[in-house]
Amino acid sequence: MSKYYLLQDSERCIGCLACEVHCKTNKGLGVGPALCKNTWVGPVDVKGLPRVRFVFMPCFHCEEPWCFKVCPSGAIKKRASDGIVYIEPALCIGCKSCITACPWGSCQWDPVTQKAVKCDYCKDRVDAGLKPACVTKCLTQCLEFGEAVKLPDYRRDRFAKLVAEHAFSTETTSP
Amino acid sequence: MKSIKAPNVSGVGSPGRRSVFSMCGMCATRCPIQVEVEDGRVTWIQGNSHDKAMGASLCAKGAAGLSLEYDDDQRPQYPLIRTGPRGAGQWRRAGWDEALDYVADKLKSVIDKYGGKGVVLSDRGGAFSDLTKSFVKALGSPNYFTHDCTCGSNAHHATKSLFGVGRTGMSYDFKNSKHIVLYGRNIIESLQVKEAKDFIQALQNGAKCTYIDPRATLTAGKAARYWQIRPNTEYALNLSIINVLLKENLYDRDFVTRWSIGLDELSSFVMDKTPEWQETYTGIPAREVRSFVNEIANDAPKAIFHAGWMTARHLQSFYGSRTAHAINALLGAIEVPGGSIFAKGAKDVGKKGLNNLTDRIPAVKDPRVDGCGWKHTHFDPGPGILHLLFPAIETGDPYKVGAYIAYRHDPLSSLPDPEATMKLLDRLELLVSIDVNYSEAAWRSDVILPESTYLERANILTEKTGPKPSFLMRDQAVSPRFDSRPAWWIFRELARRLGVGEFFDFENVEEIWNYQLEGTGVTVAQLREKGQISLADKPVLWDREKGLKFKTPSGKIEFTSSVLKKAGLDDFVEFAPPKNMEGDEFRLLFGRSAVHNHAHTMNNPLLNELLDYNPIWIHPSRAEKLGIADGSLIEVSRQGYAVKGLAKVTPWIHRDAVFMLHGFGRTVPLQKRAYNKGTADQRLQKGMLTVYDPAGGGHALCECTVHVHPA
Ligand code: SF4
Ligand code: SF4
Ligand code: SF4
Ligand code: SF4
Repeated sequence: MSKYYLLQDSERCIGCLACEVHCKTNKGLGVGPALCKNTWVGPVDVKGLPRVRFVFMPCFHCEEPWCFKVCPSGAIKKRASDGIVYIEPALCIGCKSCITACPWGSCQWDPVTQKAVKCDYCKDRVDAGLKPACVTKCLTQCLEFGEAVKLPDYRRDRFAKLVAEHAFSTETTSP
Repeated sequence: MKSIKAPNVSGVGSPGRRSVFSMCGMCATRCPIQVEVEDGRVTWIQGNSHDKAMGASLCAKGAAGLSLEYDDDQRPQYPLIRTGPRGAGQWRRAGWDEALDYVADKLKSVIDKYGGKGVVLSDRGGAFSDLTKSFVKALGSPNYFTHDCTCGSNAHHATKSLFGVGRTGMSYDFKNSKHIVLYGRNIIESLQVKEAKDFIQALQNGAKCTYIDPRATLTAGKAARYWQIRPNTEYALNLSIINVLLKENLYDRDFVTRWSIGLDELSSFVMDKTPEWQETYTGIPAREVRSFVNEIANDAPKAIFHAGWMTARHLQSFYGSRTAHAINALLGAIEVPGGSIFAKGAKDVGKKGLNNLTDRIPAVKDPRVDGCGWKHTHFDPGPGILHLLFPAIETGDPYKVGAYIAYRHDPLSSLPDPEATMKLLDRLELLVSIDVNYSEAAWRSDVILPESTYLERANILTEKTGPKPSFLMRDQAVSPRFDSRPAWWIFRELARRLGVGEFFDFENVEEIWNYQLEGTGVTVAQLREKGQISLADKPVLWDREKGLKFKTPSGKIEFTSSVLKKAGLDDFVEFAPPKNMEGDEFRLLFGRSAVHNHAHTMNNPLLNELLDYNPIWIHPSRAEKLGIADGSLIEVSRQGYAVKGLAKVTPWIHRDAVFMLHGFGRTVPLQKRAYNKGTADQRLQKGMLTVYDPAGGGHALCECTVHVHPA
């Protein structure tokens, strides 16, 4: 696993798909390859209310990347410094092995270059001290990028708030 | 081919890197953006983070501006003059001089025949309409129209009738609200970036949303309460909410006594409109309404009843909006944080506003062709009511018109029944479209004048009203890729050819900017630095004791309105229940997704990839009876017109209705990606061109019913 993690807060996400277009325009990719996908499930009926979950899927930058292992030409690299997994286009021979191997469909085919492409956590931006394109311009700022050990704990905060609210509401407040 | 160029804004095309602060042009929201340019090419677009509410955020459409600029060649690239019959798609390429001369000559002959008033122009209103209004006014025509009759007219006039300001004269402070009530205002799909962000932030801060819509949108997915209301019945619900507020004494008595007239009349009108009464029409359980009203009275005044944005829905939409705002007033949720706040202009904060171009032009004497402001005294003559133009074309009453210019507006996508619309437009001597894309109307016009994209052009400056008013600039980022021109130049060139050039005696857009800014103390250089200048340090709220400025005749909130009375309209009308839908009959509803803007972006390569089809939503209980399975092909028809599409069987649409996203079913063959994909609701709206809410002027599009069968 890379030292980074890209976390999505489904509660904030609105399914606007801007992230997908931000990613494509940053990488100059046209119709076809999608380095990230925000898929939604629902609406499902939860106690009479329509509820939708959003799942943002870039590449997970695995600790032992399936894509890396199957690549016959050594085009898939894993940076020693931070574990980012990326494709070196000059070495890619277009065999599509990585596309077959990645369990999450993260490796994609670019019909223009006739090579595989994948999310590289926008490493150029990260190296320049910036956040990935999808994170920077996410409409609701529901995407967070950072070192996996330092990501925010909003889900615990939220849960704590719920517990507290429940406790307060059951306590007697009047004398 | 002689080609006269419009001057670029200074700095455009220079080598190296530049950041240009501008305004998005992918939808009519026109969010503030920052455009990165390298050696004359746009490399990155993000929200203009000088605007804190915006940050770097941008929606999918905004991001796909790059795709419009560099991947989309299926748009007009040079002026086109029709050579075959209208709509046959036979064109010849023309130079700008030739195309402009052609249009000007035709306009001249129309003006000779009918006077200046024989020229009509429609656009989508908004930030830059001072330019188009000026052009029409310079020709001596009162006939400037916006698209509002298919959008906000009903809410606009309703807001005016109560508060004296139009729809955009009231802003909503979502961020500080405790309870946000939306009637089909699909805030996260039919989205404006800042508003959607504020809404989500409000929910994170603990605000509740009550969402009322026959269809469960993604916004419903965020709501704490969702009511799948029967279509076209929200007015009944509102009357019952007022009933409970008044009967149970849950309203803000001090505020209402101080600031309104007509409470007694309202009170007696809603006397019998109980939650039990509304239940039979809306399907919303009475006890839920009661507990909701108690809850919202607790949350007040940090409560918002959204009076609607696109309200061209049914025959009583005006009263639906009017009662929504009446509830805001009863809750005292006016001019308070978390409620509805008057939008302030420069003058309201003690500053000088921009100088208007229209002010340089003498007033027009002729009355409007649509009767707004004279025959229909309760309709705002500013935006007009576009569909009232068509009976005038048909009858020649009150007078004849001969030319129609559609600027950035597609009357054949937005108005219902394009076939009927086109038949009437065919009677005119001249049809011109000025657009970035091939609109349905452009394809059937005599001349298409391609406007440069928003990245390739500068516009006139604009003033944004709100709790914190500001001046905004759309600057030019790059040179035009094709032989297109900015609007200010196109209208100036036409004006010069028509002998009214003196009103547009500007050589470049900077000269216009300087004229607009004269006396404001703000300079072009300052604006270019950040793209905007705020005219107030913090949100301006008027004093609720003494300082509220209702621009109504009485200076108060008018539950009883002399304006309505003069027009022969009631303050509140009896609710007219829609008939229940049975058998194969359904109400046709429509809406939007987050990735397309009305009908303008369907052919954008990256947006088309995200969504190129609109299935037809239908409730399982009705689908089953008709033998319709999820994903099967169905036929939807009305008055002899039929289309086929794939059914999406889902409980998240009311059983009375079928639903489709608007904007699909494009008929311009040159738009290869979007051509013929999906179905067009407006084409199914047969016979609906002149069906409208008589009090609000807006269309009653959801009165349209259709028949549905397996195909
Ligand atoms: S841009 Fe952000 S809010 Fe929109 S779909 Fe992507 S992750 Fe969700
Ligand atoms: S492409 Fe797939 S296998 Fe390779 S690192 Fe990413 S998620 Fe893992
Ligand atoms: S991190 Fe960069 S490459 Fe990966 S999905 Fe986001 S924008 Fe695309
Ligand atoms: S909402 Fe999106 S398309 Fe519309 S102006 Fe804003 S960024 Fe552009």
